[in-house]
Amino acid sequence: MSHNPAEKLVKMANQIGKFFAAQRHSDAVAGTAEHLKKFWDPRMRAGIIDHVAHGGAGLDEVPLQAVQKLAGK
Amino acid sequence: MSLVKETDYGTPASKSENKVTLTIDGVSVTVPEGTSIMRAAMEVGTEIPKLCATDSLKAFGSCRLCVVEIDGRYGTPASCTTPVLPGMTVHTQTPRLAAIRRGVMELYISDHPLDCLTCAANGDCELQTMAGAVGLRDVRYGYDGANHVFARSRVDGKANFEWMPKDESNPYFTYDPSKCIVCNRCVRACEETQGTFALTIDGRGFDSRVSPGMAEAFMESECVSCGACVQACPTATLTEKSVIAIGQPEHSEVTTCAYCGVGCTFKAEMRGEEIVRMVPWKDGKANHGHSCIKGRFAYGYALHKERITSPMIRDKATDPWRVVSWDEAIAFAADRFKTIIETHGKRSVGVITSSRCSNEETYLVQKLTRAGFGNNNTDTCARVCHSPTGYGLNQAFGTSAGTQDFDSVDDSDVILVIGANPTDAHPVFGSRMKKRLREGAKLIVVDPRRIDLVRSPHIEANYHLALKPGTNVAIVTALAHVIVKEGLVNEAFVRERCDWDEFQDWAAFVSDERNSPEEVEKLSGVPAEDIRAAARLYATGGRAAIYYGLGVTEHSQGSTTVMAIANLAMATGNLGRRGVGVNPLRGQNNVQGSCDMGSFPHELPGYRHISNEAARKSFEEAWGVTLDNEPGLRIPNMFDAAIAGEFKGLYCQGEDILQSDPDTKHVSRALEAMECVIVQDLFLNETAHYAHVFLPGASFLEKDGTFTNAERRIQRIRKVMSPKNGYGDWEITQMLAKAFGLDWSYSHPSEIMDEIARLTPTFKNVSYEKLDKDGSVQWPCNDAAPEGMPIMHIDGFTRGKGKFVITEYVPTDEKTGPRFPLLLTTGRILSQYNVGAQTRRTENSQWHPEDVLEIHPHDAELRGVRDGDWVRIASRAGEITLHAKVTDRVAAGVVYTTFHHPLSQANVVTTDNSDWATNCPEYKVTAVQISPSNGPTEWQEQYRELSDNARRIAAE
Ligand code: SF4
Ligand code: SF4
Ligand code: SF4
Ligand code: FES
Repeated sequence: MSHNPAEKLVKMANQIGKFFAAQRHSDAVAGTAEHLKKFWDPRMRAGIIDHVAHGGAGLDEVPLQAVQKLAGK
Repeated sequence: MSLVKETDYGTPASKSENKVTLTIDGVSVTVPEGTSIMRAAMEVGTEIPKLCATDSLKAFGSCRLCVVEIDGRYGTPASCTTPVLPGMTVHTQTPRLAAIRRGVMELYISDHPLDCLTCAANGDCELQTMAGAVGLRDVRYGYDGANHVFARSRVDGKANFEWMPKDESNPYFTYDPSKCIVCNRCVRACEETQGTFALTIDGRGFDSRVSPGMAEAFMESECVSCGACVQACPTATLTEKSVIAIGQPEHSEVTTCAYCGVGCTFKAEMRGEEIVRMVPWKDGKANHGHSCIKGRFAYGYALHKERITSPMIRDKATDPWRVVSWDEAIAFAADRFKTIIETHGKRSVGVITSSRCSNEETYLVQKLTRAGFGNNNTDTCARVCHSPTGYGLNQAFGTSAGTQDFDSVDDSDVILVIGANPTDAHPVFGSRMKKRLREGAKLIVVDPRRIDLVRSPHIEANYHLALKPGTNVAIVTALAHVIVKEGLVNEAFVRERCDWDEFQDWAAFVSDERNSPEEVEKLSGVPAEDIRAAARLYATGGRAAIYYGLGVTEHSQGSTTVMAIANLAMATGNLGRRGVGVNPLRGQNNVQGSCDMGSFPHELPGYRHISNEAARKSFEEAWGVTLDNEPGLRIPNMFDAAIAGEFKGLYCQGEDILQSDPDTKHVSRALEAMECVIVQDLFLNETAHYAHVFLPGASFLEKDGTFTNAERRIQRIRKVMSPKNGYGDWEITQMLAKAFGLDWSYSHPSEIMDEIARLTPTFKNVSYEKLDKDGSVQWPCNDAAPEGMPIMHIDGFTRGKGKFVITEYVPTDEKTGPRFPLLLTTGRILSQYNVGAQTRRTENSQWHPEDVLEIHPHDAELRGVRDGDWVRIASRAGEITLHAKVTDRVAAGVVYTTFHHPLSQANVVTTDNSDWATNCPEYKVTAVQISPSNGPTEWQEQYRELSDNARRIAAE
């Protein structure tokens, strides 16, 4: 079980990324970023942004870029 | 307020559009073709005597009391079985008819006890009424001959073998054969209304008697105690025990069942503030006069001795409770929350609204956190059941609502049930569905377990796809594969109603070889041929409807499956008409309502995202505050934040998250980490073990409000007794809000509904006045649809073009392996409800005293487990012990249990995996190992001790 907070956020972000990566009609990174913005509370987003700032271990490519996109804003 | 007696028209209404005019007793009557003379007469207020007919059942024609004379016709036909014809002239009362009727009644009464004065049905007996109506004055035959009335012969004292003793085995009603007139109404009710076929008429002629099962007692028979037979019985033969104990009611109020999402309406029949019985309401548009054991009989929990009626507080959750005044409890709670917010910031507290409480109460709780605490940390138990429905259907159609009303099933030709068990979890709708299936509709069941629908009396599923838990997306996509590859798409519909480009992308995706039935067979264990045949049947069998439940949503890909289902319906054009659609079967009574009312952390009431400026502004203006524009925490996120030390205070209304949420140890750690947990409930539930404030709640019988059922139908609940705890739940939330400095002044729930209607476009025309007038309304109810909307998306989707979403199958992380080789899936059963807090406190427990583990004979044998043995169930999260039930209802490799009892702690083994889009927990798949065991696990023992300790209340 992933009770470590960052690990859990990574797992959740990867799950989201997988869904959007499969879509052919929309941009996977934009879709993932949008989802995180719409459904994650600010502290969870801060948590994953922080994790990416520290290397982003375990994050798949799509969610990684999505988080970077969120952080860039 | 008086006792409402509903009119019995004798036979069901005809749906024909053609009208027929005839004359009855000199009065001209126009009725639909196919109407019986009996019903036509009743339409103009002429009550023809009857015994075997009642309008919930097809005419039977056995008692011959309802005879009439028709000009130009020979004889005296039965008016219940004779349809009207144009120009007929009917006489309902002539000397000849009167003589026939008296003769019939005389025969009946000669084999019926004459103890009307002491009979429980006195004043509510059709036999008694008919004796009066036909002017029966004496009975020529005595009781000395053959009879069913006396245990011993009145002539020689010898035992009377025709006589049968009362059957009191059912805790809610009795069967007294000595009063039976063999009218067959009970037998027909069990068949036609309920669809259980538990009753038959045993024997012939004078010997015939009603018999449950194979001449068994009711409790030993197939009977599911729905009460339909009791309702149909014209005499005291089948009578509620509560009526025997209390007497006949004197007034009644119409209210709505507080158990499941079917939303049956009932007439609460009262004596003063005491409930005599709950009678299913004939005009109820969700249930049409039917009910199940829970709504009909299991209301006794409201008066259970364990109910807490005074507020209590304690400094630490390990202290005993201290009973205090309402003022003290509210002040204590408000002070603690204020301190938490001052120290940890405004986002460190939150609320959980209840899917059991009313719309008005839910609305107030989310308003409290948004307007009072200044955050959006509100969630509801829908998170753990149907949140993927909200996300998935919203993506596809633009609204999260189910598309049909329940009546729509009457027009379905093919019914596809996925991950739902309607006969257990939505029994009254299950009965409707069974009725349609007996009329010939085809059935496809997709479920790991052989649910009752797959094979029950006079019903057999055409296909049962017994998939491996966790492979829903693969199966539904494979169905789409067949539909696209075999050219079964309804192209006209898709071109007109959906985004064509997206459709083509999707069609290319599903056509891929990896989504073919042959490939999916390898993952799911379902034979490819069955997948193909089921797909063909769904696409070509006529009007096809999909019903789905928690077996779809409670998965890591729950939202994806919902979208896959929507794709299927769009591709085949099965939307926007009667008999088709996508229908989520919601669990608790007000899941729909709690979602509508803005319980989710990202959505304001009416499903408007919190970032939507215009929507937020309208609430800001009405409430006089500035709202946080960022989404708040969902329930699992609250737990994670609590463990991380960032979330400290929770106000939880009417939910038992410790028992209902997965991974119990994780939840209890989260609750332990909080500084103030406020629990508002009827009982000291499991969550209350970790609470600091207990606010006693009111039952649905003790307050006014509305519930919204699974078909979006808003219905009233009405107060029939004073709250034992002093206040309705909405009043308690209001007291808390006031202590927080909010100036709320609602004096009645109708004022809350008025506010909801003002601020929510889809509720614009909803008011108590409208509900009192029309009984119910299905939202959206606004200027565009002033009478509500039974069927959605008739001319186009809410979002414009329907959206095809690509549904790539991603296996769950919860995989079997050498350590955990079996898959555990969970469900529920008829007699118990959810965490069982109410039903366990009623006689319903006689049907389900404990949660058991269903295991396939092969898996059982491999592990040396016999039926009834204790077994240990271990998962990555924890272990518990249950009794085993060896059965081939589950496939090899799959085990199954329910989660109705706190001591079995089924959620100790479920994990914190969740749906990718909504964090809805993956209850339906847990990898486990099973081994023989001697009894409860250490955790279960410790838990028992903890419960006892946590429930201590200090002596005054
Ligand atoms: S209670 Fe319901 S299931 Fe039982 S015998 Fe009566 S109608 Fe049938
Ligand atoms: S039990 Fe009641 S309904 Fe059934 S046959 Fe006897 S009198 Fe009629
Ligand atoms: S539990 Fe559901 S089906 Fe049963 S009476 Fe209540 S609303 Fe109806
Ligand atoms: S009511 Fe018509 S025959 Fe019994």
